[in-house]
Amino acid sequence: MRYSGLQVLAQGLMGNRGWKPVWRDPEPKPAYDIVIIGGGGHGLATAYYLAREHGLGNIAVLEKGYLGGGNVGRNTTIVRANYNLPGNSEFYSHSLKLWEGLEADLNYNVMHSQRGVINLFHSDGQRDAYARRGNAMINQGDDAILLDREGCRRMLPYLDYDQTRFPIYGGLYHPRGGTARHDAVAWGYARAADQRGVDLIQQCEVTGIDIAGGKVTGVQTTRGAIRAAKVAIVVAGRSGQVAAMAGLRLPIESHILQAFVTEGLKPCIDHVVTYGMGHFYISQSDKGGLVFGGDLDFYASYAARGNLPMAEHVMEAGLTLMPMIGKARVLRSWGGIMDMTPDGSPIIDKTHVDGLYIDCGWCYGGFKAVPGSGFSFAHLIATDRHHDPAARFRLDRFRRGVLLDEEGTGSQHNLH
Amino acid sequence: MRIEGKGLIDRAHPVRFRFDGVSYGGFEGDTVASALLANGVRLMGRSFKYHRPRGVLTAGSEEPNALMEIGTGAARTPNVRATMQEIYEGLEARSQNRVGPLHRDLLSINDLFPGVLGAGFYYKTFMWPRAFWEKLYEPVIRRAAGLGALSGQPDPGRYEKAFAHCDLLVIGAGPTGLMAALTAARAGADVILADENARLGGRLLSETEEIGGKPSALWVADMLDLLRDTGNVRIMTRTTITGAYDGGTYGALERVGQHRPETPDLPLECFWRIHAGQAVLAAGALERPLAFPMNDRPGIMLAGAVRTYLNRYGVAPGRNITLFACNDDAHRTALDLIEAGIRVTAVIDSRADATAQGDYRLLAGAQVIHSKGRRALREITVRHKGRQDTILTDCLAMSGGWNPSVHLTCHMNARPIWNDRIKGFVPAPGAVPGLTAAGACAGIYATHACLTAGVDAAKTALKALGKSAPGVAVPAASDQTGAVQALWYVDGKGRAWLDFANDVTTKDIRLAARENFRSVEHMKRYTTQGMAPDQGKNSNMAALALLADATGRGIAETGTTTYRPPYVPVSISAMAAGAGGKGFAPERFTTSHAATVARGAPMIEAGLWYRPGYFPARGETTWRQSCDREVAMVRDAVGICDVSTLGKIDIQGPDAAAFLDFVYTNMFSTLKPGRVRYGLMLREDGHVMDDGTTARLSDTHFVMTTTTAAAGQVMTHLDFVHQALRPDLDVRFISVTEHWAQFAIAGPRSRDLLNSLLDSPIDGESWPFMACGPVSVHGVAGRLFRISFSGEHAYEIAVPARYGDALFRDLVARAETLGGGPYGMEALNVLRIEKGFITHAEIHGRVTAFDIGMERMISPGKDCIGKTASMRAGLTGPEREQLVGLKPVGAVKQLTSGAHLFEPDADPVRVNDLGYVTSVCFSPTFGTYLGLGFLKNGRARHGDTVKHVDHLRGLETLCEICDPVFFDPEGARVRG
Amino acid sequence: MRITCPLCGDRDSREFSIRGHETYLDRPAPDAGEAAWDNYLHLRDNPAGETAELWYHGAGCAAWLRVRRNTLTHEVLKVDLVRDLTGGDHAD
Repeated sequence: MRYSGLQVLAQGLMGNRGWKPVWRDPEPKPAYDIVIIGGGGHGLATAYYLAREHGLGNIAVLEKGYLGGGNVGRNTTIVRANYNLPGNSEFYSHSLKLWEGLEADLNYNVMHSQRGVINLFHSDGQRDAYARRGNAMINQGDDAILLDREGCRRMLPYLDYDQTRFPIYGGLYHPRGGTARHDAVAWGYARAADQRGVDLIQQCEVTGIDIAGGKVTGVQTTRGAIRAAKVAIVVAGRSGQVAAMAGLRLPIESHILQAFVTEGLKPCIDHVVTYGMGHFYISQSDKGGLVFGGDLDFYASYAARGNLPMAEHVMEAGLTLMPMIGKARVLRSWGGIMDMTPDGSPIIDKTHVDGLYIDCGWCYGGFKAVPGSGFSFAHLIATDRHHDPAARFRLDRFRRGVLLDEEGTGSQHNLH
Repeated sequence: MRIEGKGLIDRAHPVRFRFDGVSYGGFEGDTVASALLANGVRLMGRSFKYHRPRGVLTAGSEEPNALMEIGTGAARTPNVRATMQEIYEGLEARSQNRVGPLHRDLLSINDLFPGVLGAGFYYKTFMWPRAFWEKLYEPVIRRAAGLGALSGQPDPGRYEKAFAHCDLLVIGAGPTGLMAALTAARAGADVILADENARLGGRLLSETEEIGGKPSALWVADMLDLLRDTGNVRIMTRTTITGAYDGGTYGALERVGQHRPETPDLPLECFWRIHAGQAVLAAGALERPLAFPMNDRPGIMLAGAVRTYLNRYGVAPGRNITLFACNDDAHRTALDLIEAGIRVTAVIDSRADATAQGDYRLLAGAQVIHSKGRRALREITVRHKGRQDTILTDCLAMSGGWNPSVHLTCHMNARPIWNDRIKGFVPAPGAVPGLTAAGACAGIYATHACLTAGVDAAKTALKALGKSAPGVAVPAASDQTGAVQALWYVDGKGRAWLDFANDVTTKDIRLAARENFRSVEHMKRYTTQGMAPDQGKNSNMAALALLADATGRGIAETGTTTYRPPYVPVSISAMAAGAGGKGFAPERFTTSHAATVARGAPMIEAGLWYRPGYFPARGETTWRQSCDREVAMVRDAVGICDVSTLGKIDIQGPDAAAFLDFVYTNMFSTLKPGRVRYGLMLREDGHVMDDGTTARLSDTHFVMTTTTAAAGQVMTHLDFVHQALRPDLDVRFISVTEHWAQFAIAGPRSRDLLNSLLDSPIDGESWPFMACGPVSVHGVAGRLFRISFSGEHAYEIAVPARYGDALFRDLVARAETLGGGPYGMEALNVLRIEKGFITHAEIHGRVTAFDIGMERMISPGKDCIGKTASMRAGLTGPEREQLVGLKPVGAVKQLTSGAHLFEPDADPVRVNDLGYVTSVCFSPTFGTYLGLGFLKNGRARHGDTVKHVDHLRGLETLCEICDPVFFDPEGARVRG
Repeated sequence: MRITCPLCGDRDSREFSIRGHETYLDRPAPDAGEAAWDNYLHLRDNPAGETAELWYHGAGCAAWLRVRRNTLTHEVLKVDLVRDLTGGDHAD
């Protein structure tokens, strides 16, 4: 059923009784051409692009919980293409272009809001590093504007320009950056994939990966065995456990990243703003809540809940930067489980098992990557060739020393 | 309407306050909600989406409707629960989320289109044309959404944070918590008893029952005395435990000053971090509303809340009050009202077998199916025995039973367990390690059973604490639990609200189920049920039950969503107390700070330190003028610069040299005592971590310097290397950064200056380049290092920090007599770029020794940290960007840091990118801009021309690639 | 979270920083080969359950600790001084 304003009006007048299920709940078939393990944003996008770009239809997405139940529904919803290093730059640029057509593509309003991202800097050195990044963005064909202090003041008059511990020198403004409604992204891809015949199977946990003669043959699940010519692992937060089913050891540690939302407030923050001297980023949701986050809790965890010291630290960074948010009250905090790699960049690659593919290691940049990751992973699965924009996201790059370390913090999983 | 003689308010202390500009009276002990109700004000807010008129629903922190802005100007606080805000003289309350006056909110037009504005409608529309989302749809949605408004100004209030420690934390001071606290205190445990209300007693404050033969309020007062008598109970009222965290840590928000007029000596709030050996959760239970059609009008409230207003505040919320319930407990409301002389029109009980417990009209087996009244309740429609009757009533007290307050037990991911007897969820055992849930929050509702549960829970905690429990007598009290029937929603014509705060109705839940959002998480996220300020406290149960019915599952099978911290919303000001303004990070000052500031030098942040940018001389109006002069001063005479911020690590022991050999790429065991060497330090992954000079003071004694930025990281690293990897080495080290004040004396007159200062003069023979040793400065034992970060003949002199200020002033004065003076970071940066010295602008974490041309500093004869990994294929070779010098040769004679490098005829796009510029200065020495940068295969390209493109600053020019050492490449001057 | 430092006692986790898995104690020989170094620097078992990590008591005694911990419950099971594991001495 096609969504539109007219449809909403018509259904509304008829008591909203005519809306159809957004996706089917099929029973798993005994065999598929491709089985995707993981019904999160990346897995659903992969299924969608396999169907749309490669004309493949005999695909199942297996989800142990509910669709979109992982990090796609637990993030600060930021969408941007403001990377510095070749390898990341072209990938996120491609992903942002997909975002820009996503609503028309999916016939689903994911509320992609290009309200602009501003990364503040607080020293000459930071300014130079951001200038280098901004120039890389323009080299890539994306947009960037270097704001001085007055430029920031015009756009963000509510920041503390006078008393703050680390004065604001300026900001790198990325007008096409912004936010999107996180759950809607998962639902939009799920609905569109379902409409193209993909079987979305919830409450179906993969318990084993079948391999014969170095080639994948299928998976074992809590709902029975399923044969498959190709199997794709897209299970951020659980990548290590699932990969281990195929004897694969990953360069990943799981870490908690917290996020916070306040009670609803009338519009007061119109952009995405990041603080350069403390890990802090904030935007305001369309419902009015201030959505913000900070750094990792730093210790390995699968507990999906954060600790108090980091929560306090995030609030402290927010208050010193924008003292007007002091009276806002934090309503809810949550923690997502991040696949942290040694260089902070992701992995989209084949594995040592023929027909087994993996997409993981998104650290805490996975949300904005959803379209790009799905597109590039689908390309790899369908063609067995790396998609150009994602060609550097190799599993063996750590061993070889071909790193994509945007932060420059080195090979330690919790430092990115 | 105020009832004479009832309530715990202080009638001797009347209080005036204002709501929406109108002045009202109340009494000390009133909340805004109770005082407004006493004044007959029922309309207190507007709903989130449909902007429906709303009144107060509850009497607690879970209030979804009566949210207000309290205070004025910068001190205005949005979304304050009128049910929790105590009134004080002059309090200003204002309704929120409205356009125009509260009774004529223009946005109530939304209420005419409930069909169109149902759950998730926005996912299906507003997609065309694309550009309209940011330009039209989103701004309109944003303006309509949200609740209260921030003032837009910094919060002027004072806030504090504090730590507390105790053996036992008792959460909630109702009957259960009071008994638990007394039992534990009598066992000698150190107890914190926290309750979010202004006074102890919990539910007992709202009831008329007796405990130990006394009215419960008197019993509570006696308990308070007994607790105080023990001497080891800390009673924290107005304190909400907001979160349960790992290791027995609890977050707590104390409303210290919010119930008073401005009191500058008190914080508004204090955020506590309480570490408790054990905890007893005695948080009670929350009543649930009934979802019948049009159940959201002002005047419709919870039955328990009506009792609270009546018994605690002496307020009747209506003159003709009707009850609608599915349980025995709600009948107490009718009895209390009648006792107080209020007219009870009827008790409507959904249970066919319900019996009247007093003299009131009971409609058993009946349901309310509709209500009317534009801005407040006027009448209800009742379905009873197949008939529909209208009852005129101005207040409907409803009760769907009670939900145990399990919230804190969910904070560590445990899911509560369905209990069919009480038709609610109870905490999972062991949900939070060290926490015992007791009383109503564990599904125990009878007062006597709660008192007993409090004692038992304390005993459990005492046992875990290794303390023996005393005998504590449980007083006589009611043992009535009361029966409850599950009644989650009542079907009928019109919308039935579940989540009042987010305007979610039963239709929305059904729509979600119809669209296959069957998972409870999907339903929540699609409808936004449970995501409002009350975190679903009022609506989760009924929404869940409705979803279960709509999808043909049981409640237990459907499962629950998770409660996350905080239990009640916590202000950012409280959790971040102290961090505003300069409080975010410590400030570190050098010993020369005062003298430097006195000279008018602008101070800039360097990590946590402050360092001078430049020292403006008379007549100079721009930083460049000062900088150029300071550079020339160093090149021609002598300059003084405080370099104390560099990390200094004192390293001693028989194996100190071997230790340095292992952490540096180059050899230090071959360094002679009295000499200094430049060292390069790698991370274990083969990239450069830091650099600096290390001086050997004796065979077994070194002083390492680090960069300012990496001082902490290097210290942590050395501790790791020693303790984890090389425990075999007999070496000790400690940071002495703060202990020594250290100043660079740089320039051709540096030795002259020193010899005017030192007690024994030095010469080039005894103090060659890279020499070090002890010196005496006016009788003070100091250290002298002949090192240079400027390319000039230079020294660094160190004295104990207490002499730093005096020495700096002396050095500057002496330099000025030699045509020199102090110099700042700008000049330091120019000097080092001219000499091709790197900083963290170059060693930014992605570069290797190979990249900066120092691969030969990786000593082949030994292992060191990072050596093996640095040999990886990807970290060497011509594809790597290598450090180069850059000189502008195009029409534009300027360079900028952050520009990228391309072949002269190439398009400036990513695929042609050859490198980038890291550091740039205008060199007064050469009269041109100079740059350092990284270029693919750069060392092989000296003499070539590349294009420098800075899109951001609109600067494109050509530059020549050269060696990064521009100034005195032979090093004659440093040795001079 | 709270950690009992063997030298300082029971402390709030905010006094500590963490490096990562105890793998970092097993530094390979320089000639151990690419695979050994890949294991050391990058690859992790990343257990959902009991793990052992290296924490640094930076705001305390500057000791490196091995903390046995559960990644699902955050329970701290055992804390050792790294020096005791590596055979280092206790002169300070």
